[in-house]
Parts: sequence; C-alpha cells; structure tokens
Amino acid sequence: MKSLEELKAIRERVQSSINIRNEGGADSTRVVVGMATCGIAAGARPVLAAFVDEVARRKLEHVMVTQTGCIGICRLEPVVEVYVPGQEKVTYVKMTADKVAKIVSDHIVNGKVVAEYTIGAAE
Amino acid sequence: MNELSLHILDIVQNSVAARAKHIEIDVLEDKEKDRLEIRVKDDGAGMTPELLKNVTDPFVTTRTTRKVGLGIPLLKFAAESTGGSFSIESEVGKGTVIDAVFTLSHIDRAPLGNMAETMESLVVTNPEIEFTYKRQVGEKRFMLSTEEMKTVLGGLPISSPEVLMWVKDTVNENEKELNGGA
Repeated sequence: MKSLEELKAIRERVQSSINIRNEGGADSTRVVVGMATCGIAAGARPVLAAFVDEVARRKLEHVMVTQTGCIGICRLEPVVEVYVPGQEKVTYVKMTADKVAKIVSDHIVNGKVVAEYTIGAAE
Repeated sequence: MNELSLHILDIVQNSVAARAKHIEIDVLEDKEKDRLEIRVKDDGAGMTPELLKNVTDPFVTTRTTRKVGLGIPLLKFAAESTGGSFSIESEVGKGTVIDAVFTLSHIDRAPLGNMAETMESLVVTNPEIEFTYKRQVGEKRFMLSTEEMKTVLGGLPISSPEVLMWVKDTVNENEKELNGGA
C-alpha cells in the first residue's frame, strides 16, 4: 500500500538530485489545457495527463502544464494552447492523447509548430 | 459524460472559479442501501440566493464567454436519471456544498472511472489549493489530503512529476483495495 512514508522517500530522493525547479518563471513554456465542461466532455483529461507524463518522461523542467476555462470554441475541444516565451501563442484543437508526444517533441523541444494539429488547419 | 470522475473534475472547476482555498471531494458507496453519493464542498465565494435558485438551469452561468452553463445540470440529470437526488447549499462568503446521490445498481449509473487521473489533473493545475479526497466503500475508507502531503514534501512542489505519479498510484491502489481486489 502506498503511504506518506513513501512520499517522504520521494522527497529525499528528488531533492538530492535536483537543485531548484524553475516553475512558473518568465522563461518557462506554458501548456494550457481547456478544462471547462465542454473540454472535459470532449476528452481534455487524458490529454492533460498525457502532457504531464510526456513532460515528466523527458524531464522538461522548464515546462508548466496548466488549465483554463472555456475559451468559446467548444466545437473544437479539447483545445490546448502552447506559450513558448518570445513566440506567439499556438492553439491546437481536437486534441487527443496520441497527438501529445509529437507536439512535445516537435514544438516544445525542437521549436517546430505541428501545423496539422493547429486551429489554422482545422478551420 | 461517461464517468462520474469526469463530472467530479467538472464540478470542482466551479469551486476553483469561486476561489476556494480548500475543496473536499467525497465519494461514498453503500451497497446495502444501494447508494452512491458524491459530495463536493468548498470554501469559495458562495452564491447569492438568486443564483442558487437558478443554477441548475442550463441557461444560467457566471461565465462570460458563452451564455450556457452545463456542468451542474449534467450532474443533476445523471443523478436523477438513476432514481437518485441532487441538492446544492450555498452561502455568500462561506462556500458551496453539492450533493449528488445515485442508485448504485441502476443501469444508467455511470462507473466512477479514473479518479486517479481526476485527482492528478486537479493537483497539477491547482497546486495552491488544498484538496481532500475521501472515498468510502461500505466500512472501508481511504483519504488523500494535499495538506498532509505538503507537510511531508517540505519545499518540493506538489506538482513534481514524481509526486503526481504517487498521487495516481495511491488513488488507484486504494480503489482496488476498497473494492476487495489487490
């Protein structure tokens, strides 16, 4: 059974291996998932979970996964906005968990927007 | 929505929007009474009597992007279509309690679904809010408290990947245990 003891062990292990996580700083990339009723009903939760997993797997400490409400394009949900510092916001629509790895590797890591998944391609 | 855990994720967004600092989620199952109860309790802004009266109407929302609010009506419908009940209590400045009761064995009752992913989503996107998740099946109980977690974690952010993994595993394992498996 999982316990708070185990959590303590995690703290000791993680704190000794990293210095300070740079969360929410001005130079972090933000991945914003729409989590209103429309987004959740369309499948936003597994998309959010996939981003969290992928960012963890690649140890991307400058990436923050967060949420927003309804942005008014419910028919294109799940919607994800990616904010890379110094660049324009990119809006991905009709997201699925399967599309997440490509967005993380191509866009967030290598700086190349995945045009086929964007709102521009869908409209 | 085909999982009760998705309704929970959705309803909790109202508490987040109401600037709650502490949100309690209870999922209580009683096989003898054939009943499953979901309760979401927050210390957010609360609602005026007028908004409270109309909040189960789909055409009432506090949101400004659209004029339709479906979260509460959907949960109410889900509960009532199993022969259950739904209620909300709220007071401005104190908070809101939402209570949805389902008939456990009713064919239209959706499964609880992936509560681990719901809790992970809530913690990662609202690291500053305290969540208490209480799950009960018969006499067996499980509780997850972010306040307790933060005491153990010290300065390590609750949204750290290793911690989120622990949240998911903990909720999943306890759910199995509560349902007699493991």
